[in-house]
Amino acid sequence: MLALEVGAYPVTPGELWNVLTGRAHGTAATVIYAIRGPRILGAMLVGAALSAAGASYQSLFRNPLVSPDILGVSSGAALGAVLGILLGLSVGAIEGVSFAGGLLAMALVYGVAVAIRGHDPVLVLVLSGVVIGALMGSGVALVKFLADPENQLPAITFWLLGSLASFTRADLMALAPPVLLGLVPLALLRWRLDVMTMGDEEARALGVEVAALRLGIIAAATLMTAAAVSVSGVIGWIGLLVPHLARLVVGPAFRRLLPLAIVLGAAFLLAVDTLARTAGGVEVPLGVLTAVLGTPLFLWLMAASRRAWP
Amino acid sequence: MSARLAVAGLSFGYPGRAVGSHVTFALEAGEILCLLGPNGGGKTTLFRTILGLIPALTGAVAVDGADISHWSARRRARAMGYVPQSGGGSFAFTVREIVLMGRSAHRGAFAPPAPEDYDAAETALETLGIRHLGGRDWLRISGGERQLALIARALAQEPQVMVLDEPTANLDFGNQVRVMDEVRRLGASGLAVLFSTHHPEQAFACAHRVAMLHEGRLAEIGTPASVITEAAMKRVYGLEVEVVPVPGGMSVCLPRSWRTS
Repeated sequence: MLALEVGAYPVTPGELWNVLTGRAHGTAATVIYAIRGPRILGAMLVGAALSAAGASYQSLFRNPLVSPDILGVSSGAALGAVLGILLGLSVGAIEGVSFAGGLLAMALVYGVAVAIRGHDPVLVLVLSGVVIGALMGSGVALVKFLADPENQLPAITFWLLGSLASFTRADLMALAPPVLLGLVPLALLRWRLDVMTMGDEEARALGVEVAALRLGIIAAATLMTAAAVSVSGVIGWIGLLVPHLARLVVGPAFRRLLPLAIVLGAAFLLAVDTLARTAGGVEVPLGVLTAVLGTPLFLWLMAASRRAWP
Repeated sequence: MSARLAVAGLSFGYPGRAVGSHVTFALEAGEILCLLGPNGGGKTTLFRTILGLIPALTGAVAVDGADISHWSARRRARAMGYVPQSGGGSFAFTVREIVLMGRSAHRGAFAPPAPEDYDAAETALETLGIRHLGGRDWLRISGGERQLALIARALAQEPQVMVLDEPTANLDFGNQVRVMDEVRRLGASGLAVLFSTHHPEQAFACAHRVAMLHEGRLAEIGTPASVITEAAMKRVYGLEVEVVPVPGGMSVCLPRSWRTS
């Protein structure tokens, strides 16, 4: 509610009520339905998607310190997007290329991991994610070097820092289907995800088809991440921190972890985005804000959990 | 009638690096077989191969006469329960949740546990006498309690064969005895039980038969008294021991170097 009211064009509670009940039209209605409404839904959806993906990766890799960035998804999506900006594509096309970049990076990482046999598969997967991510990162650097410093470079930099400033209803339509498509299998596989935290061998001895399940979970979580990154840019920390926080509250059982991570992630990014567009004269990049808020929170979490990772 | 578990001509290890070969034995329902052998001798690799977690290089494993090499993980898990040396992951699940995971093989990938799954988990906790631990945090219970919970989890799978990999490793004396008592009870309840250990006394106390894994082969297999001999201990472990009978019909292995006089 507050997020609907505050902003460059403030809307009073009375006006908001009139708009929502269909009794008022004009500027307030336009602001709410065309600009603020989609952006709020977008922030919640992106926050939920990154958190749900993070929770899945953490259970899958038995490590509470991994996040959607580890499989190179974010950097792949970033490379796609900056290429799109360099080539002067339309906003929709940039999102498409970015989405493809994210999925491609994941496919590459998974391909490398499958090709290298005889080691701990999880370790190989994470390491190839880091390596491919670094490669994508240098691709981004090259594009920045080649970009026109007058128009393209600022756009690229702003996108890399994460922003929902230009989020429209069309973006919402592009974002919602892949996020929901990724969320459904993760919700259905909640019991199996618990077993996956036992490790490959134990999970198989318990009757779980580990390889197929891992591929399915990675595909679902990556789909959500790529969709989120393609519309919002690179927003770090959420996928790492929110699932971690949720696990502290409800424990590691995925049937409770997933819903709480979704709710917390949506609320967290909505709060941060509202802060981003109201706190200063200009919009503060989201990635900067999440990092500023996330770093101390993470350090506190680390210090507070005296026992083994929850 | 075929044996509950039959291992025939099994070579095991990894492609290009065989760890052992020519392993053949059979196990009946209610029978307990103890596997002895030095560290790094391939006991765990042999168990993993029998369980189908790594493919056999040659040879076959059969449960009730049926070759399991083409079985799905689910079907295998309903036939064979596995108690790893240290398992249960590193997340703070409750003991009850961990034991409930033993029911995975009885449910589809998308299906939540049914009431009978919760019942089976509860029964397994009851059987091991650790129902009071059900709500406890996995990361905050002792090693002995974890081992009992892992046995309960394998029991919840309702298998016909139970494989335990050094179930008493890293346990204090009291917990070793407690765990071995449970292993005995598993056999008495009709399961075919296969376990490994480093303590010959456990073989004397719990096992119907003993096998020694030496340089990748099953060097000996038979009753504890016939297998655990001074000659065999010398060959497998390179140790001079004395097998000393104690009252009650069992024996202990005393290293000669420990005897001062």
